[in-house]
Amino acid sequence: MLKTESLCQYFGDVKAVDGINLHVRKNEVTVIMGGSGSGKTTLLRLLAGLEAPTSGSILFAGEDLAKVSRKRLYELRMRVGMVFQYSALLNSLTVFENVAFPLHEHTKLDESVIQTMVTMKLEQVGLRGFEYMMPSQLSGGMAKRVAFARALAMDPEVVFFDEPTSGLDPISAGVVSSLIHETTTKARMTSVVVTHDVKAGLSIADHVILLWQGQIIAEGKPNSIKTSDDPRVQQFIEGRPNGPIPFSRSQTAYIDDLMHKPGCVRMR
Amino acid sequence: MTAGLQWIGEVGRTTMQGVAKLGDATLFALATLRLLFARPWQGKHFVLQMYAIGVGSLIIIIITGAFTGMVLALQGYHMLVKVGTESLLGPAVALSIIRELGPVLAALMFVGRAGSSITAEIGIMRVTEQMDALEMMAVNPQARVMLTRIIACALSLPLLVAIFDVVGLFAGYLIGVDMLGVNGGVYIGETIDKIDMRDINAGLTKSICFGLLVGIICTYMGQRAKPTTEGVAKATTQAVMLCSVMVLILDYIITSFFL
Repeated sequence: MLKTESLCQYFGDVKAVDGINLHVRKNEVTVIMGGSGSGKTTLLRLLAGLEAPTSGSILFAGEDLAKVSRKRLYELRMRVGMVFQYSALLNSLTVFENVAFPLHEHTKLDESVIQTMVTMKLEQVGLRGFEYMMPSQLSGGMAKRVAFARALAMDPEVVFFDEPTSGLDPISAGVVSSLIHETTTKARMTSVVVTHDVKAGLSIADHVILLWQGQIIAEGKPNSIKTSDDPRVQQFIEGRPNGPIPFSRSQTAYIDDLMHKPGCVRMR
Repeated sequence: MTAGLQWIGEVGRTTMQGVAKLGDATLFALATLRLLFARPWQGKHFVLQMYAIGVGSLIIIIITGAFTGMVLALQGYHMLVKVGTESLLGPAVALSIIRELGPVLAALMFVGRAGSSITAEIGIMRVTEQMDALEMMAVNPQARVMLTRIIACALSLPLLVAIFDVVGLFAGYLIGVDMLGVNGGVYIGETIDKIDMRDINAGLTKSICFGLLVGIICTYMGQRAKPTTEGVAKATTQAVMLCSVMVLILDYIITSFFL
């Protein structure tokens, strides 16, 4: 469905995504996990075609997103949906108008048909009856579910999720996770989820990809990840502060920094 | 010596950055305006933006126009009556408003009312990923968000200036004729006699240019704002400052062409 070949994205000296080959299979939930700054959000933006890569290719249904024209990219985008980390609902529109937005933009359906479709999508995420609320009146979890309904509006083949559970209470997070799993199996859709939530990630995944410093350090079925003997993988899954992945990002020696900062007390 | 060199370096750097920004803004404006001829046509959204930007600024424009006309008549009368030429009060008020104060004051008010909100709105849309969301829903944000606002500015401001002019002239008449006792027939007759199409064209040209300028600067600053709370706040302030100064500079340039 979606494939990358030696995909790289550099920001100056920072290698956010560094030579990634991955394969997202049809009708599966692929979960991309990694700590903050591991490059997972950048990877998702590349997969969604929101950024152009430094090098490498992103193949969606056989077409390279980095090479297609803007017009073709927009045509391909009608076949994908995306749920953003902070929902990204359009503030000036009601819940109904937000979910109906892609339908109004890209179809010539009757208003009554659109209404039926929006009602169905909102029912799917359990928010029927909230049509006329504004995004600012919704809680984080509800906004995310509306964003989900909006992403589903065009019956996409692939849906991207950026941190679908972050910032949500455990129950909302559970609801969103099970929604992702359910809609993927029921609607025969393909999901790509980026998250640092290990529990949620492993529970919904068919395929897990673990990133560290812009590179894939492990991939496979959730069970094989859980039982992996790579110390980096174990450290991440168990959330241990000590291990091969250092907590401190400081580049210089602590004592040197303390000693040579202007204004600090010099030891003689 | 080194301090002097550093200072020169700093001046050079600032200048280079300024020139680079100007180039970037120009490219942004050209790329955006080019979308006017691209499909899909944003028809309905131009109207929606004109409503938000134009109608929203109406009250402040009417108030500013009324008081500008009133104070011009008051000041002008006391100056002209000393040399016994108060019959020229009508054209004095009308010329000042139509050629100069109408476009400039309306544009400055417009910057504060509509321009600032454009920059802030676009900045916040970027912070909250709404621009990316539009992009992912196959709607070009540059056409939908930027272009519609620039065109709405360029179309709204001339209309607002026209309203400003009418309100200002009427307010000037009220003060001059009804309060200060200038002969009404003379006031209107002299005004019609002394104002020609050239004056109105000057005002109209100014207002279209100002509208376009405000639209481009405010959308550009919103688009290039750092996507943080601080970045948006800074961009909004800068947009208002830059627009105000540029309006005054551009006003001088256009005036010199229309004399």
